[in-house]
Amino acid sequence: MNAPTANGSSGVTIQSPADVANRSIKVDIRNVDFYYGATKALKGISLPLHANEVTSFIGPSGCGKSTLLRVLNRMYDLYPNQRAEGEILLDGENLLSPKQDLNLLRSKVGMVFQKPTPFPMTIYDNIAFGIRLYDKPSKSELDGRVEEALRGAALWNEVKDKLHTSGLGLSGGQQQRLCIARTVAIQPEVILFDEPCSALDPISTAKVEELIDELSEKYTIAIVTHNMQQAARVSQYTAFMYLGELVEYGPTNKLFTTPSNKKTQDYITGRFG
Amino acid sequence: MTDHIVKAYDRELGTLGQRIAEMGGIAEQMLSDAMDSLARLDSELARKTIAVDPRLDMLQREIEDNAILTIARRQPLAVDLRECVAAIRVSGDLERVGDLAKNIAKRAAKIAAEARMPRAIVGLKSMHELAAMQLKDVLDAYSQRDVERARAVWTRDAELDALEDSVFRDLLTFMMEDPRNITFCTHLLFCSKNIERIGDHTTNIAETVIYLVTGEAPQSERPKGALETIAK
Repeated sequence: MNAPTANGSSGVTIQSPADVANRSIKVDIRNVDFYYGATKALKGISLPLHANEVTSFIGPSGCGKSTLLRVLNRMYDLYPNQRAEGEILLDGENLLSPKQDLNLLRSKVGMVFQKPTPFPMTIYDNIAFGIRLYDKPSKSELDGRVEEALRGAALWNEVKDKLHTSGLGLSGGQQQRLCIARTVAIQPEVILFDEPCSALDPISTAKVEELIDELSEKYTIAIVTHNMQQAARVSQYTAFMYLGELVEYGPTNKLFTTPSNKKTQDYITGRFG
Repeated sequence: MTDHIVKAYDRELGTLGQRIAEMGGIAEQMLSDAMDSLARLDSELARKTIAVDPRLDMLQREIEDNAILTIARRQPLAVDLRECVAAIRVSGDLERVGDLAKNIAKRAAKIAAEARMPRAIVGLKSMHELAAMQLKDVLDAYSQRDVERARAVWTRDAELDALEDSVFRDLLTFMMEDPRNITFCTHLLFCSKNIERIGDHTTNIAETVIYLVTGEAPQSERPKGALETIAK
């Protein structure tokens, strides 16, 4: 595996290349452009997502960070007139290739959204639904995997006595963890979080952050967040994006204490515009 | 630097800087008054110098409280975070400079009655000149965020150490010449140590200025004078 390829777009600041180079790269984003119709929303984005690490994406609204996340599991394929160019290698395989099996891709790259999106069904079925799509487990096996997923999302103790009630009856924070459990249940390799805590209270936020920390032992994680402190707390690497470009990428500790780029500094210290 | 979107944030950081400047002014004045009181054996001036110290302590507490409040309220990042940390560190160093100046004044008041050998004080005067210049430079470096100036202060500290070394030898000689000089010269010995310590705090501040601007501490080891090398 090569050094990060985040030198595709000109002007991007890569910090401590030596430090970054030695980790194993799970997802290698190479010179990716993205278009909404004629509008170019991503301009030559190149950066790695390191295995079993959390990479956060920060930047003002409209900078392209959610778009980039949507490219990583080809969610945009659901919409006409949206297209991506460049390469994104997941374990060396280009996931932007037309030959890519999208169902398989989305089972490998799970996603959790800003607002909790539980299905209108029981807690149990919320988890079992996804598992049944990819697998035909026996009843007892399925029970086991539902429990495992709920435990993995730190929700089991709160819902174990009401598994067959509606998932919509849970609190916002619990619903979000249910969605995480649903994602974890199909045993993905990469999990994408799009502002997972923006609709949650501080306690639920802390639980989700704790969860992200635990999940990073098994999965490679990318998180988009508007909360700078959250990015500083949960991630090992941070990418700052602005107007569809990657401005700075590097170890989180460095980026939040001594950013190299003036735009990054102005943004994270609240001096923008 | 561009202003913050939240103006109160700029005001908070601005206030920190002003208070540091005020502390710096007081510490400089205390050092110069303490040394004057020693040179002129003026116990009245010595007492006045001692009386100023509580104001410095109060300012230090105020700066610390405000910096902590800003951290809690704004969760500062990058240069703003370093600004808060630097304010806490620099105020701590200036408070110590005040303490050391106060100690010189106390000794001046004590030996004013039994004045001996004005020539023993000459070496201390040159130490003071250098220390005062260093302190002024580092305070300017802080207020102007001037890394080069801070680095110069940092490097020059070795000269103060060397001066202390020579004052030490002089005072030893005077004590050997006439044992009646021992009390007087011992007080002066402590005074020279105090000035040397003020130099160390000045160097600390220089390091903080470098950290504040660049985000990094100076890489090489601190310059050391002869005495400190012996002590190792």
